Formats: sequence, C-alpha cells, structure tokens
Amino acid sequence: MSFDHMQRRWSNLRKVLERSGPFCRPDFEPSPENLQMLVDHCRILVVGAGGLGCELLKNLALMGFRHLHVIDMDTIELSNLNRQFLFRHKDIGFYKAEVAARFINTRVPGCNVVPHNCEIQTKSEAFFQEFHMVICGLDSIVARRWLNGMLMSLLVYENGELDQASVIPMIDGGTEGFKGNVRVILPGMSPCIECTLDFYPPQVTYPLCTIANTPRLPEHCIEYVKVIQWPKENPFDCAIDGDDPQHINWIYEKSNDRAAQFGIQGLTYRLVQGVVKNIIPAVASTNAVIAAACATEAFKLATSCSASLNNYMVLNDLDGVYTYTFEVERKINCLACSQVPREIEIKDSKYKLQNLIDLLCERPDLQMKSPAITAVIDGKCKTLYMQMVASIEEKTRENLSKTLIELGLKDGTEINVADVTTPSTITLKLKFPQDNSASQ
Amino acid sequence: MASPESKSPEQSEKNRKYDRQLRLWGDHGQASLEAAHVCVINATGLGTEVLKSLVLPGIGAFTIVDGKKITEEDIGTNFFLETDSVGKSRAQVATQMLLEMNPDVTGDYIDEEPEQILSNSPDFFNSFTVVVATALTEKILILLSKRLWELNIPLIVCKSLGFVAYMRIQIKEHTVVETHPDNETLDLRLDRPFDSLKKHIDSINLDEMSFKDHCHVPYLIILYKYLEKWISEHGTLPTTYKEKQQLKDMIKSGMRRDEHDSSNSEENFEEAMNSVNKCLRVSDIPDSVINILNDDRCVNLTAKSSSFWIIAKAVRDFVDNEGKGLLPLKGNLPDMTADTEKYIVLQQIYHKQAAADAEAIWRRTLQLLRQLGRSSDSILEKDVKLFCRHVANIHVEKGSCIADEYDPKVFDTNIIVQNLENPESMMIYYVMLRGVDKFQAEYNSYPGEFDDQVEPDIVKLKTCLTKLLSEWGCGPLAKDDYVHELCRFGGAELHSVSAYLGALAAHETIKLVTNQYKPVHNTFIHDAVTSNSGTFFF
Repeated sequence: MSFDHMQRRWSNLRKVLERSGPFCRPDFEPSPENLQMLVDHCRILVVGAGGLGCELLKNLALMGFRHLHVIDMDTIELSNLNRQFLFRHKDIGFYKAEVAARFINTRVPGCNVVPHNCEIQTKSEAFFQEFHMVICGLDSIVARRWLNGMLMSLLVYENGELDQASVIPMIDGGTEGFKGNVRVILPGMSPCIECTLDFYPPQVTYPLCTIANTPRLPEHCIEYVKVIQWPKENPFDCAIDGDDPQHINWIYEKSNDRAAQFGIQGLTYRLVQGVVKNIIPAVASTNAVIAAACATEAFKLATSCSASLNNYMVLNDLDGVYTYTFEVERKINCLACSQVPREIEIKDSKYKLQNLIDLLCERPDLQMKSPAITAVIDGKCKTLYMQMVASIEEKTRENLSKTLIELGLKDGTEINVADVTTPSTITLKLKFPQDNSASQ
Repeated sequence: MASPESKSPEQSEKNRKYDRQLRLWGDHGQASLEAAHVCVINATGLGTEVLKSLVLPGIGAFTIVDGKKITEEDIGTNFFLETDSVGKSRAQVATQMLLEMNPDVTGDYIDEEPEQILSNSPDFFNSFTVVVATALTEKILILLSKRLWELNIPLIVCKSLGFVAYMRIQIKEHTVVETHPDNETLDLRLDRPFDSLKKHIDSINLDEMSFKDHCHVPYLIILYKYLEKWISEHGTLPTTYKEKQQLKDMIKSGMRRDEHDSSNSEENFEEAMNSVNKCLRVSDIPDSVINILNDDRCVNLTAKSSSFWIIAKAVRDFVDNEGKGLLPLKGNLPDMTADTEKYIVLQQIYHKQAAADAEAIWRRTLQLLRQLGRSSDSILEKDVKLFCRHVANIHVEKGSCIADEYDPKVFDTNIIVQNLENPESMMIYYVMLRGVDKFQAEYNSYPGEFDDQVEPDIVKLKTCLTKLLSEWGCGPLAKDDYVHELCRFGGAELHSVSAYLGALAAHETIKLVTNQYKPVHNTFIHDAVTSNSGTFFF
C-alpha cells in the first residue's frame, strides 16, 4: 500500500492521533509517528479466537494494529456460527485461530495475524514477553488466572521498585448472555484478576443426596444420569462427550425416565444439553459490544491519545442499556500481584491434609482446582500430595487422612502450592492456633 | 442396558447453529426475528456493524439504502468492504459481504440517497419492521422521523463521532410481555392463600411427623404454618425487621434434632428462616402493571386494539372479579429442600391454580373478542398463557418523535437544563452532537474536518452551541473542553466506537422485533474515553 493510500485509509484514526485534546493522557504527543508506531511496532496478543476473539481481531485490524497474534486450542463447531463471524460452515472442524487469522489477513491487507493453535499453558515466558499488550477473550476462569499469573511473573523488581518496562498491560473481556464486563489491568500497578477473585460466582452444584434420593428439578435428574448412572452403566465404554449426539440422546432418555418416575416436569433436550455441556448462552451483540470496548482501551493505551477506563466496566442490556464503571482496588496481600506472603490459618490441631486441600479449593479468594502441595520438612523437600500425576497420587494418597502435625508441619512452615490456576508455585505460610502450636 | 440407538428428538441443523441464542429468546423469539425485514440507511462502518449483529443471529431480511461510492477512508473504518472496491457502490458491496456471513438471510440494496427515496418513493418504508439510520443530516432526519412516526414503524438513529456514540429510539408504542427481569419476585400468596393451597397445608400436621418427614417438608409449608400462628397471635403480617426476627425465632424453636445424630440440623427450617424476607411480601399488583391496566388503551378497547391490550383488559376484568384484586398466579415455585413427593404435590397445586387463572383469562379474552367482532382465533390460548406467566413484569414503552427535538415550540428542554448541572452527565454530549448537527447544516462539513480549519471551526461550533443553548433556555457552557474535543474529532469515525454502538443498536432492534426485553428509553449516550454511558428520555 502506498504512503498516500495509507494516509487516506487511516484519516479517521489520524484525527485523534495527530491532534491533541483536553482528554488525552498527559504523555500524549500529537504526531504522525503515533500511527506509524501502531502500524510498525505494536505487538498484541489476542487470547481466544471465539466470540470475543473474532471481534477483537477485526476491531484491532481496523484501529491500525498490524502485528497481531491469536492463540486458541479449539476447533470450530456449528454452534459457534451465530456469533463467531470469521467462521463459515465449511470451516467446521478446523482450528479457530488459524481460520480467524487467515480471514483477517485476507480482508485487511497489510495486517499480519499469526495463529497459535494450542493452549496458552504450552507457551513459555519468552513467548509472552514479546508482546506490548495482551487482550483476553476467554470463557475459562482458570485460563484467565493462569495468564494473569504469567504476566505477573514477568514483572521485574529492582530494590523493591517495579521496572515499568516489564509491565505488559492486560485487557480482559467477558460475556454471558446479555451481560458483560471489561477491565484494564496494569500488572503490578493496578488490581489483577486474583485481587478480585470473589467476583466470579461459584458454580451451581447440587448436593449428591438430592440428586440420588430427593430429586425435584429436571436438572437433578440430568445430574443423576451424568454422575451416577453413566459411570455405572458405561453405555459407550468411554467418558461423556457432550458433543456426541448419541451420548446426549442416551442421557436425555435416561433422565426423562427418571423425571417420569418422580413426576418431575419440564425436562427438555435443550436443557439436557445445557446441563451436560455447562452451556453459557451467547449472542453476537454482547460479544461485539465487549470486544469493541476492549479494542478502544487497547488503542487508547497504546497511543495515549485518551484517558483509559479506570478500571472496570460492567454492561447489562436486558433492560435498556445499563453500564457502570468503577475503580476496583488492589488487594494488599494478593497472591499474584503483591509481594506480601500470604498466611493461611489452620483451625485446630486435628486438621488433616484433606481439610487443607478442601480449604484451598473452597476459599473464595483462592478457588484452586487440584492443588499439589510440597513443603520443606526437617530440611528435606517432600511432596505431600499431588493429584495430577497418577503414580505420585497413589503414593501420597495416604497423607490426605493424616493431620498436618503428623506430617511434620508446624506453625510458620511454608508450603508450596502448584495449581492449574497459576503458572508459578505459590507459597503459603501456615498459621496454627497459638496454644496448639505451643504444645507441639 | 438401553440400546444406544436414539428415539430422542434429534435437533435440526438450524437449532444447533442458533442454540446459544435460542436459550435466551426462545424458538418463538427466533421466529419473530426470522420474520423481520430491517432497513439500514447508509452502509457506514457503523451501519454494517449494526447489520453484522443482525445477520449473524439470522434476521429474516435486510435492505441497505446508500447512494455513496466507496472511498479509501471507508475501507479504513468498514470491515464489510474490500480493499479493491474503492469507487463501487457502497450499498452493493456491503450487501454482498454481509450476506456471505449467513446463508439463512436475504438482503438487497438501493443505490440511492435516502433523501431521493423520501421524495420519490413515499411508500418505500412501509413494509419494514424497523429502520436503522446512520450518518443522516438534520434535514433528512427530521423528514424520516416524521414519516416513520406516521407509519408507526420504529426508527433507531445512530451516531458515532470520535469517542462519542449516540443512539435514539423512536417508537410510538411498544408492548412487551417477556421482559426477562434479572430478579423476578416470587408469587407465593402466603398472605392470601388460594383455596387449594390452604386445604393442602391445613391437612398437614408438622407435630405428628416423624423426624424423617419433618426435615423433608418444603420450607413454604413451614413458613405458612408459623405465619398462621403469628397472625392468630398478632392479627397482622409481620412487617418490621423486629417482627420478622420474632417470626424467625418462632420457626427456629420448631426445629427438631435427630435423636441419632445431634449434629444433623433441619435444612428446611434454616431455609424457611432465610426466606422470611423474600417470601413474606404482601401480595399486590406492581404499580407498573396497575398503570397498564388503567391505561385508556386497556380500558377502552377498539376493533383495532392489539392482542396485548385485549389480554390486558381480560386481566383487568379478572382482577376486578374472580381474581379478588390480584393478578393471575404465576405458578412457579423455587427449589427447596424437600423430598420429591412433598415438593411435587405443592408444585402441582401452584401449577393447577395458575392454569385455572389463565383459563379464566382465556375465557374473558374470547368474550372480549366476540364483543369487538373479532374472530376467536385472532388470539391464541398459548399467548394468553404466556401473558399470564409474565403479567407482573409486562411493559409498555411510549415514545416521542425525534422531529420534536428540533422544534423549539414542542421540545421540553428542562431535562437538558437539569442534567447539565451535573458535570459528569452524558448530557453534554447530546448538546455537542446537536451543535455538530447545526454546524453541518450551516457549513456542510464536520467541525474540524479539515486540518487547516480546526481553530476557526472551534469558534464557529461555539457560536452554533450558544444559539442552541439560548433557544433552550440554558446558560452558556462552563468550559470549552468538549468543543475542542469535538473539533479534534473532525467527524472521524473510529471503528471500535462504531462496533460498540452498532452491536447495541442491533440488540435494540432484536428487542423490538421479538417483543422481548425492555428497549432503551429512549436516548443512549456513550463516552468511550471513560467508558461511561447514560440514558435520557426526550
């Protein structure tokens, strides 16, 4: 593209990049170089090529960004096509990142989107370090937390002072039905995902005794078939695959039988699918609104041409269009972004390792998934429990029923916890009740 | 073991494709969407973003009206134009590129300016379900607004200017049965139990139950029993915090312990205590519904009345007669710790009463149809049932004509004056955009459109604003910040700001065509600098 073409194509962007205004950031210098910087240098990683990701790539490409990478391990499904607008019927089964990148590169010549068809967890620190900004369009809280932890681990502190050059801003978007949110995170400087972990509502679960003995809702019947009947009868000799219509049909029929047996009404095929696959309703418009707000923030942050969202925005367009922006505060002892070691209080001397693991999973500010615990006991590093590796799980299983004291853990012992929610190990200091620890 | 072969309802390809949205607006919402024909005026970046979020969910048809040829600038802000299409019809290329996304949708275009169509083919707009307009000048907007107001066709006007986005919905009257409120109030009638509920609960004696039964009684029954006791002692419902606390204590005293395992407390009694505030509301009709039932359109039906108003009148008559001052029962119960049988029996009692109420309203609806000389199949029983289920949250949107905002004789400017007193209010952007309208009308360009004219345009825009403000009876603006910012924009369309507003406008369109969810009432303004927004009614 000739210089002249480019000048005209981006004439809209140039207005806000080459002119100053009262709402610019103080460091803004109006200049043609601002556009040049976006076009030539600014490297952005888009995480997720789904509902938000497709929109993000389009928005960024039309806001002048050219060096874009997109990462997503998923392949395209039919139910994506109502909103993931870079995909067509013929693309079903192909990698989302790859198809999305090809579409953008064809439609917006000059834009170079590089796809990565893999999980973010397979990428190293060096990969993430290459980017000036990360924009997140994920439906997984675990992946978000992992990414948050990764960006925190890239921060460099010198004599306790944060090196600003090591900060990679993260813009995070999320949607569910007609609701969404956007936040701007400056790692180490503004509140991060872990600071506000209690924003994520706990997943709806049904007590096992209700499912087994006193079902009242169609959901209880579906859960029964999923959790109890399937493993028992193992109809297809494999785990449930929510995308296999035969599996869904089987669950539908069985839960229908159970519902009929108990006189429970309202069980539908759609509900069965929704419960089995934990489907979150999604529509084109909400994704587009949230992704657009994320892209605007990226543009403002990259160029300083305007102040940024400070720092959290929620949207709800069920009743009119409602938005609310507010400033979330940092948690002074945040596990991910503060330098303050976290203490964990132990209730009593009978506390077992299993209790500790449950605590790590249940506490709203920790919400771990399958924590592996190691500790230095009597000068030796010991693995107390690890679920992910079968052979180690077997060897350490007996520790679960032992008390912490029996395992040699004391008041003040530091335990190291690894979990899928974070790329790096977290250190927690055990705090026993005063009298107990004294008697030990 | 059952055979893996299926007797289940295999889902159609279309159902699977739209699954994620069908869970929101249902098959009937989708059917309305597929029956809709939307007209979009001007395939700007904003215009095609609106269409994108309509084509993807499967709008029936669209028509683009746009007489412009594609420029290099268009390519930079509009995703639905190809780089090599400069000079071609913008309407034509955008139509092609949008249709490519979804084969279920049909679309066409008119390669003409909207003003030509307004003057040459006055009937052109008659057949559309909704019209969405972008990049209109003041003059054309006023004409279009008046025309569509007469035709009673909803109009959504969108503007995207720099970091500012504006949307105005013009609709005469819009009725919504399914508003999908975020927090639905329970309709349990504990204070005014219907006969079958009273009979059922009277037949239950908590004291005579075994522990196993006692701890599996739905909390609703527990609440009812203790409420009965309370009323026999006090004569009225507990209303104050203290009274409610006393009722909770009464419930707590009725809680039993398992003789075999004392740590096993009764969850259903805990639930009963926790539900006192939620469940013990006085059964009444919400003000919003009273207003609808008392609306002249409801009280005085005509041969032309819509189904909504006819059913509303049937509800009104029900309330005055067999409903004894209450709406038809909603009929759904929240889940509560209980054994299956006790819960299902209770659930059935609510279901049956709701069905009986709906049946009464259905009979009244048929009677009204006869009186109006309308055929009995012009309203379906399922529509009456739907209405009854959602009656506590029905909504009527009454709007105003956009052209009135440009007529100082009818425009009520108080809202502007009041809001401008708040320095955080988005109203400042309404004023700015009106100033830009005026500037365009006078100088045929955007303020700041040309690099060498930014400074003089600031002065000119200020003059336009001063005139407007004095017309409206407002004082002068405290600061020039916004004038400078608007001139800095120079009419620029930023893609991400257009994408934001376009998607919202598409969503409002979907609300209007599905008659679900409450639309914006009636002006929405967004500031992409702070990501704040505001809603105003003009």
